[in-house]
Amino acid sequence: MAIGELVPGVAAGRLSPDKYAENFSDLHAPLDAHEALVAADRCYFCYDAPCVTACPTDIDIPLFIRQIATGTVDAAGITIFSQNILGGMCARVCPTETLCEQTCVREVAEGKPVQIGQLQRFATDHLMAQNAHPFNRAADTGRRVAVVGAGPAGLACAHRLAMHGHRVVVYDGNAKAGGLNEYGIASYKTVDSFAEREVSWLLEIGGITIESDKKLGGDLNLAELTDRFDAVFLAIGLAGVNALGASGQGKAGVRDAVDFIAELRQAESYAQVSIGRDVVVIGGGMTAVDAAVQAKLLGALNVTLVYRRSRARMNASRFEQDLAAAKGVRIITNAAPVEISGNAAVESISFEYMDDDLTPMGEIFTLRADQVLTAIGQTLGATDLPSLTRGRIAVSQDGRTSVANVWAGGDCTGLGDDLTVTAVAQGRDAAEDIHRALGA
Amino acid sequence: MANLQSDFIGIKSPNPFWLASAPPTDKEYNVRRAFEAGWGGVVWKTLGLDPHIVNVNGPRYGAIWGADRRLLGLNNIELITDRPLEINLQEIKSVKRDYPDRAMVVSLMVPCEEDPWKFILGKVEDTGADGVELNFGCPHGMSERGMGSAVGQVPEYIEMVTRWVKSHTRMPVIVKLTPNIADIRGPAAAAHAGGADAVSLINTINSITSVNLDHFAPEPMIGDKGAHGGYCGPAVKPIALNMVAEISRTPELQGLPISGIGGVTTWRDAAEFITLGAGNVQVCTAAMTYGFKIVQEMISGLSQYMDEKSFTSVDQLIGRAVPNISDWQHLNLNYVAKAKINQDLCIQCGRCYAACEDTSHQAIAMSDQRVFTVKDDECVACNLCVNVCPVEACITLEPMAEGTVDPRTGKVVDPTYANWTTHPNNPASLTAAE
Repeated sequence: MAIGELVPGVAAGRLSPDKYAENFSDLHAPLDAHEALVAADRCYFCYDAPCVTACPTDIDIPLFIRQIATGTVDAAGITIFSQNILGGMCARVCPTETLCEQTCVREVAEGKPVQIGQLQRFATDHLMAQNAHPFNRAADTGRRVAVVGAGPAGLACAHRLAMHGHRVVVYDGNAKAGGLNEYGIASYKTVDSFAEREVSWLLEIGGITIESDKKLGGDLNLAELTDRFDAVFLAIGLAGVNALGASGQGKAGVRDAVDFIAELRQAESYAQVSIGRDVVVIGGGMTAVDAAVQAKLLGALNVTLVYRRSRARMNASRFEQDLAAAKGVRIITNAAPVEISGNAAVESISFEYMDDDLTPMGEIFTLRADQVLTAIGQTLGATDLPSLTRGRIAVSQDGRTSVANVWAGGDCTGLGDDLTVTAVAQGRDAAEDIHRALGA
Repeated sequence: MANLQSDFIGIKSPNPFWLASAPPTDKEYNVRRAFEAGWGGVVWKTLGLDPHIVNVNGPRYGAIWGADRRLLGLNNIELITDRPLEINLQEIKSVKRDYPDRAMVVSLMVPCEEDPWKFILGKVEDTGADGVELNFGCPHGMSERGMGSAVGQVPEYIEMVTRWVKSHTRMPVIVKLTPNIADIRGPAAAAHAGGADAVSLINTINSITSVNLDHFAPEPMIGDKGAHGGYCGPAVKPIALNMVAEISRTPELQGLPISGIGGVTTWRDAAEFITLGAGNVQVCTAAMTYGFKIVQEMISGLSQYMDEKSFTSVDQLIGRAVPNISDWQHLNLNYVAKAKINQDLCIQCGRCYAACEDTSHQAIAMSDQRVFTVKDDECVACNLCVNVCPVEACITLEPMAEGTVDPRTGKVVDPTYANWTTHPNNPASLTAAE
């Protein structure tokens, strides 16, 4: 039985099964065939199209949309996947409003871009539904590459290496492959176990072995990997989290938003996931918004997202901010946490207003809270790595690290935005560079 | 609101918008709905002799579409009316009695013999109809039986039948012409010679709109086969306008009234036909696509346009563009224009650049910031960029002022008129130039 939203404290089973199902349904219902044709007709087939320039993986967007419009949807899918093998997930999670769709000339002209993300999903879903992997593996080269981390960068790298005929072993510290796609993205963006299905589909290329529950610094060390393999690609993501820096952070009810989302994503049913009645989320990125929105969807009565700078500085896109607001999340900006109060468990949290340069304004306010989720940035949280820069693995544009035969990509490097699509691009490009190096 | 009252060869209607002889005018029910919607007149779907013809029991129409599946062209294999003659005649009489102010013209098609024409004309006169239209245009089915366009493609037959019809009726006679000929002026002259009060054009164009790539047969397929049909709709308007213009500018055909047909979809299309010499227009595909209500936009649109131009009657618009229809050889070769891109309107799609760079004169520059500008020293003013730009009026062709230097040719823009007939490169002009 649903206990409802009013029960105080951190509790599971607040909502009815129907309500959970409704709340966690697909954020954007997929386009049907008619909608896709109508949307595709709006594309102008621009010359040297701005949307392609804006895409980190350089998908030929006008071409795939024209292929949809002319009734060859699988060809459209191949156009996408040949640049971005995780084009299905990117169609769901890319902040298109700040990438391709922001630069669409129809956004410029009418404020209504071509629905590139939705069309990409239409094409990729269509091709993936054929249950036949669209790419063939080249003849076996006998070369072996270790990929550490089965997230977007690692998978993209592994797939491209496998296409070139290399044998790839992908290690991952978690039980399932997929990385943030599997553990770190809001549930309503990837319904019906899409992340898991996508990994299975990707592995159909052949030549890739996944070894789970193996971590660098644990079962693996870099020197041993470089000995055993012809090349190593590090895509270990960011395993550590930043400390809050407010007193009382050890109290019960304070937890890391990444863990919260991972628990939610892996739960057998939403009713098993506990959520507070008065939830405060601290942070301004996608993780903060994903946590805040999902807290609300799990039945929290009050969810407040607090960010230390202004809205314009939030890493979460405007669309994500509006989504949070539409779901009933209150957003407070220019406030940093000072103290978490309560006996054993958190009861309230106080904040101090800050200006955009993070200068305290001397004014304190307190929010009632029985749960505090922190999403204030992640760190490498690993040792035994090549040289770092600004706390991330230092790499060249091709992903080469300070260690010979070791490449890196994705969030663990400081190269580019922390986006799925960026990670895919880096994994793919590193694979091409590894392929060149192995051929030499 | 301008007065749209029309008098076409003595047939009066409250506006110049008639429905063409076609599926929408096949039955009393449809025609009453059309008159209620505001249509000025109809040409009743073509009558023939009993036993009435039959139609296929599969698809009759094929189409092509533009973006958003907007219908651009329709292909039709429907024949003339497939109902008994008497029923059609009774319905025509009934509708005309109830709508005396609307034009009721009856389309006819019978074999190329005098008696059948004499027979059917008498029947039509009894209905109180305002006139007849001779269907010499239908390009499918009936033409295989020696009627329709099979007559319209032989000027001698046109003249002969028109003469018979004129001798057997007091009603005004319109001859409907087929575009499936080399030169429309021949059939028009034949109708004129036979005594026709007017011509109407164009009928539909022979067409295959698409091929089924699974069954390898033309669409629409009747079972496993398809036949060519008659093409109409917005796609044929340019062809129709040219044929209307060809007749209007032929001195021997001056004064031959024309009812303009072919892709009329909006008031603007109608106005264009009228300025090229049509006294009224007939509409079919637009009504079949959007329903009869479109006539309301045609009425309000033409009325607003006439008010803006201070025209008080449709007659003042008829043929107004005819004096400006020229042959290529008389176009002014000293006229020089350049494309101009309005940067405030430009949405930076780059289609002008692709078109010009790939297929024309490399006269558009593209900056790193996607700013597109015309290179006047390369631009030949071909207008392709204007045509491919998705934003109306973003790119325009601006004439160069007299006395300025065209950077492409280095020549001063000459205010005098000069055409090909006197151009030094024209072998035929050499003698004249000496």
